[in-house]
This record gives sequence, structure tokens and C-alpha cells, in this order.
Amino acid sequence: MSKMAQQLRPSKSGSKKPNIDWSRREEAENFASTVKLFRQGKIEPDTFRRFRLQHGAYGTRMTDDYAMVRIKVPAGEIYPYQLEKIAQLSEMYSIGSAHFSTRENIQLHWVVLEDVSEIMHGLGDVGLTSREACGNTVRNVMCSPLSGVCKEELFDATPYALSIAKFLLRNPLNQALPRKFKFNFTCCEKHGMIRIVDVGLLPQIRQVNGEIQKGFKIFLGGGLGNKSFVGHELEEFTPVEDFLYTSIAVLRIFDRLGDRKNLARNRMRYLVNDMGWEKFQNLVLKERAIVKATQSVIVKLRVDESSKEITRPISVSNESTVYPDGFERWKKTNVFKQKQADYNSVFIGLESGDITANQLRTIAQITQDFSGEGLARNGFSQNIVIRYVHDDDLATMYSTLIETGLAKTGSLTMASAVGCSGTTSCNLALTNSHRLAKEIQRKFLELKLDEDDDLRDSSIKISGCPNSCGQHEIATIGFYGGGARFGNDMYPNYVLSLGGRFDGQSMLGHHTARIPVKRVIPVILKIIELFKKYKQSDDSLSKWIDRIVNGNESSEIKSVEDIKKIISPLLIPPKIEDDADFYNDYGSDTSYHTITGKGECAA
Amino acid sequence: MTKQETPLINADTLREQIIKNNVRIIDVRRKDDYQHGHITNSINLPLATLLADGSPENIVKIAEGLGIGDETPVVVYDDTFGALSSRVVWALQYIGHENVKLLDVTFSQWKALGLEVTTEEPEIETAKHSLNLQSEIMATAEYLEKVKDSENVIVIDNRERLNFLEQHIPGAVNIPYRTLATDGRIIRSKDDMRNLLKNRGISEDAEIITYCGSVGTLSGLAFYALKSLGLPNVKLYVHSFKEWKNLEKPTQKQENASYWDLSAE
Repeated sequence: MSKMAQQLRPSKSGSKKPNIDWSRREEAENFASTVKLFRQGKIEPDTFRRFRLQHGAYGTRMTDDYAMVRIKVPAGEIYPYQLEKIAQLSEMYSIGSAHFSTRENIQLHWVVLEDVSEIMHGLGDVGLTSREACGNTVRNVMCSPLSGVCKEELFDATPYALSIAKFLLRNPLNQALPRKFKFNFTCCEKHGMIRIVDVGLLPQIRQVNGEIQKGFKIFLGGGLGNKSFVGHELEEFTPVEDFLYTSIAVLRIFDRLGDRKNLARNRMRYLVNDMGWEKFQNLVLKERAIVKATQSVIVKLRVDESSKEITRPISVSNESTVYPDGFERWKKTNVFKQKQADYNSVFIGLESGDITANQLRTIAQITQDFSGEGLARNGFSQNIVIRYVHDDDLATMYSTLIETGLAKTGSLTMASAVGCSGTTSCNLALTNSHRLAKEIQRKFLELKLDEDDDLRDSSIKISGCPNSCGQHEIATIGFYGGGARFGNDMYPNYVLSLGGRFDGQSMLGHHTARIPVKRVIPVILKIIELFKKYKQSDDSLSKWIDRIVNGNESSEIKSVEDIKKIISPLLIPPKIEDDADFYNDYGSDTSYHTITGKGECAA
Repeated sequence: MTKQETPLINADTLREQIIKNNVRIIDVRRKDDYQHGHITNSINLPLATLLADGSPENIVKIAEGLGIGDETPVVVYDDTFGALSSRVVWALQYIGHENVKLLDVTFSQWKALGLEVTTEEPEIETAKHSLNLQSEIMATAEYLEKVKDSENVIVIDNRERLNFLEQHIPGAVNIPYRTLATDGRIIRSKDDMRNLLKNRGISEDAEIITYCGSVGTLSGLAFYALKSLGLPNVKLYVHSFKEWKNLEKPTQKQENASYWDLSAE
């Protein structure tokens, strides 16, 4: 009880504040009055739905009474006082937990539709917005959580991500696109997801007449969904001066030519695919020339590249050289060494991205106490990254994390499985992918698989339906949910996808077999067992699977068919009388049936 | 307390009253916590003592034991975001005590404000208190079941959202108790409270019945959040959902969604 009482204390004033205020007060008022008109039947449901999505409130499974509020966190930069506010809002208007998404948003689920405006007011207090977090708009602009600290990067893309997000937010250019539109920035090939979005940007540098010029390699037309595509490289080098013009050109083409009729095929990747890359590429280059030539005023991005002030917070570390239990394991699997000497980025893993209000407050405090930059970054895998943590502060930080259950190991490893929200809140979901990801993570940590170097660079990602919110297609081992039948009895099952990757050799996973939900974990463990048996020296699971799906493996397991054959005994359904649990989804003790509502976002 | 008067008192006003020594302060925490330090002149009443026998006659006896006469001004506080103290204030009002108020900060907040705390315990002289039952602020299961579907009656469930989704009284609206507080105060400002009701379409003229999990603490806080606006007709279903379920009254559930798995608890 005393813990609860503590939470009523006003938040500490020590938080650093961002330069950009994303909020607009009047939008909250407007939302409240529009909800009222909708309830009174004065606004058509379709019109209201568009309005609601434009403001970042997404529908909820099987009900019109609740919404999910998606808070945008541009470039993933989130400040301690913002985390505290979200903690408070989650207790007041949601379920007392918040959810970190795979696109650097923070989501509040099961919010009474009539309370959404109150959340918007609260977000306004701390400069955040949910505007254009859903709907046919440019969604949250993502940036690698390691931008600025990655050894491989050529320059920090964060200021560019923030500036394009600022330019596009509430921009008429972006209010009614044929479909949603995504920008991703990365630090290097390895750490970003630049080939699976509409516009992906990789920092590049070249020398022109002895002068260093910054630019990007731009990838267009990628995306995951019911049908997925890998993005195409526009040109070798796009100078930063041309980045905005290129972005405007691409958005204009999509706005003009994108399919507004066929809901299932209206992402830009279909336009690119239908037109053919070369034609699309030429169109973009031409459109860019027109954009450049016809701007009535010079439109420029305001990019703040002033160097950031890094100050190690007053040391809270003790001098003790005795490390707490589990510290080495945690350090090995959660800590990334930065290019800045003595500093580290600490990855805090969450089960399927879920975090309690109290844990959010701890993250806010830890960020103030340990981060030299005074803010946290949302990661790509439903996690939080606290950067500029000094070597000497790691052990103390670890102890603090343990106290609040935030010291789960394996954040940088295969153990941190990603799962979309699934049947916990999504209208389209067929299975409880959210819970399955948690179950897998728990099993991996129990078996200490997070410590296994061979598995480290592999990933597990799960979607609760064929759409790819859980990004299963770029996972080493991916799954998407569906229903299956044995006799008259239904059971949940997942399609296994092998060998996806999102780096320089991006490719989508190879659909291998249908796995009953209660056999998913045994199948994963079986695959690992096979790998251990047949691996070469200096091998990794992802390399091994890569060789198999590409037909380059010389051992006994040469193809996904060979894997399928070996796991097939696991896939046979038992009779319902013999094993009733087989027919239930995780988190449910009643027999499984599929129910879906209308989707509001095809992917 | 007259109906239009606010049920809340702030720290400054209470301090003036302490100096004038004309107030009986009740500390609704555990005995240990009380003995470690409390607001000057306060006396301890753990909620369990009240709940052990919640009959009006016993509440009168407790009040008399605490030196509360019919006219004694009383202020109540706790360290549980105002839920336990609300329940005590409600009990006193129920037996007809008029001058009783809820301190609008918790003990922790009082301390954080740097205000006086003591370990000294005041001497108490027992008093006489009459019983003048205010049954219009109390709802029984039977009453609730009878009126809940009437047009001008609104039933508010103050438990957390997930508990509400799992099971609630049919037709109830959910305002989790957390929604009622604000930074540094146990109850949000009148304007904010009004705005919440307006958004939810809850008319201030309605008959409102609040309930929570078991003993009417969280819903007691809601009772006073509503009373802070001067709402005329608010009732507390004091035995709340626990009794409702024991009586096997109808309940409602949000079906076909595994919302519990979204919780990080």
C-alpha cells in the first residue's frame, strides 16, 4: 500500500526536456467533442473511424467501447518525465501496463473511447502526440536505437529522423494517402530495418572536391504484410540536401498513383511491384526534379545537428568489486559497447513489449540516474535502450533493474521473442501471439539459451494472423497464426517461416510447415537440437538456416523439406479426449474458435 | 456536512484547526505506522477495526470511543490514496455525523510537504453520539438490482480495468480509482472531475451508485470525488462486487479477448 501512496507524489523535476513539442492542445478538445457527436449519431461511423485513426486511436477487439491509443515516439527518443506521464495515464485510463511496439510507439490498450481525449491532454503536458500514429498517414518515423553510438555508422541519422517527422506531422501532404506510409532510419545495415519499409535510409558519406558530404542510400517500396517485399535502392548516394525533395516526390507519386480502391493492395510496395522498379525509380527521379524546381519558397528541413551534451550523472555507484548475481550473464546478453570509450547502451527487454506503470517509473528514474544523455530510446524489438551508461555504473544499474523485474537477460539475443498484440486486443488476430512470445522467452531463459553464442544473432518473431505486425517474415524463425481442424475440433496453429533477415542480404522467410500452437516450443527446440548436431565450426543458427533455405548446406539437412520431415511427428494432433490442452490457445482454457472483426490497418 | 459543502479539507486549513485545537483527526493506517509518526493530535483507527463490525450501532460506539460527539469536527486521512479514509468518512456520515471531512493529501504527501508529524498520542475523552441513519447514501444489493436499469441511474465500477473486463455488474461503467486522483491530491480538481463526467456522458443529476471489489474503499473514494462536485444523489454499494457475486447476481464479461495477457504483472 505504501508503494501505491508513493505514486501520488508529484514527479521529480530532474528530467531533461526535448526541443520539439509534438502536441497540439486543441486536438484533445476536438477529439472529445467529435466522440460525442459520433455517439449521438451525428457523424457517420466511417467518417468517425478515419478521424479516430488520424488521431492515433485504434479499434479494439470485438467492441466499439474501447480504443488503443498509440503514442508516437519519433526516432524513439523518450524523456524521463514523458515515461512518468505515460505510467500515470496507463493507470488512470488503461490497464496499468503500457506496451512498447515494434515501431517505437508506446501503446495504451483498452482505453474507454470517451477517455481518449483525456490521454491526449496528458500527452500534451509532456509534448507527446498520438496524431497520425494510425490511419493513412506517415506513421512514426523510426530510427535505430544505436544511431549516434554504433561503431559502424557514418553519421548519426537521428536529427534527420526528427526533422522529417516534424516536417510531415500535420502536413497536408500526408493527411489522406492511399494507405499508411513508413520511414525507417538506421545507423548501419545490421541494426535497422531499412528494406522492409516504404522509405528506408542508410547514412552514407562521400568526398566531393576534398569536402565531406553527407547523404543517404535510400530504399523504396519495401514492406511486410500479407504479401511482403524487400525495398529497392533508389540511387547510390542521395545528398542530405536532396533527402526532403526525394521524400516529397515519393509521397506525391504514391498519393497520385497509389491504389485507393483495393484495400488489400494499397501499400506503396504494390504500386512499385505493379509498375516495375525501373519505371518507378525514373518517376521518382523526375518528380524530385519537379519538386525542386517548383517549390515557391525554399523548403528545407530544420536539422539540429548540434553535438549533444553528455554528462555522466552524479555517480551513484558503490566502490564494491563484488558483482551481484547474474551480472555477467546480463552484461553479456543486454549490454552493447558504444563507439564512445567507456560508454554502453543497455537493452532492457520486456516480455512482448509489456511494462507496468511502476516499471515505467523505474525506467524514468534509471534514465536520469545512469544515462549520460538523459533520455531513453525505444528499440525495434519491443524493448527500451538506455545509452551512455558508464562502465563503472553498469553493476549498480543492474542491481536497480533487478529490484523491479527489469533485469531479464537475453535482450540482445534470440531469447527476446517479438509478438504482436494478437487476441489480447486486435480485431484481426486469430491466435494469442502475444502470450506465445512470452512463453517462448520464458522457456529460453529457463534453458539459459540466451547465453548461447551460436543463437545470439538469430531472432524469433510472431504475428497472430497473416499480416505482419509481429514481423515474422524477417525472423530467423518466424510464425504467423491461424486456425486448423482435426475432425470436428479446431485448434490454433502457426505457419513456421525460416531464414528471414533484414540486413544487407534482406530476404523473407521460407514458409515451412504448420505447427500446432502447443508444439511451437518443441519445434523450436528441435531445430536448435538439429543445428547443434550438424553445425560447422564457427557456425551460427542463422547462418545454418540461411544455408538450408538457400540450398547451400552440405550436411544431412539440405532443405526445409528435410527439417519438415524431422519435425513432422510433432505435428500430429492427438485426439481431443487424450489431450484437451492441445486444442486450447495459450491464455485460454476454453476450446478454440476463430473470431475476427473488421481490420483498420491491413498490416 | 451539508450537501453542498465540499467533503475535502486541505493541509493549510487543517493546520489552522490543529492550532485552534478544535478538530478530531483520525489516522486510518495500521497501528505500527501510526506509532511511528502521525499528524499532531490524530488518533488511530485501523480500517480493520471498523470493518470487523460495520453495523451502525458499532460505528456509533467506535465514534464515541474516539471522543466524537454529534458536533465534533472530524478530519480523516490515510496513506492509501484516500480510499481507506473515504470509507471511514462515509461510515461516520452514514450514522448521521455531519461535520466530517477528508484530508485531500495522504500522510506521505503531508510529510513530503514538510508538515508537522509527531509520535505523541493525544488523550481521549469518550463522548456521546446519537444515531441518525442516513440511508440515502447507502445502496444494498437488493436496491441496486432493482434500480440499476432505470434511466436516471448510473452504476460506476471503480476497480481496475482488467478486473472490470473480466466481470462486472451488467450495465456498469468503469472509472478505475486511479482516474480520480491527480498529481499530489487524492481527488482531481473539480474542473477535471466535471470534464471526466461530461466526456463519459454522466449527468450530474443522475442517481449514481459506486462499487468496487469488496468493502467499499475504492468506491468510497469515488463517492467523495463525486460529492466534491456537490452531486445530490450518490450512493455507495458498500458490500460491493464480492457480495454481488456471493449472492449469485447476474454479471457481465468482455468476451473473446485475452486482455490479461497484455498485462506485465
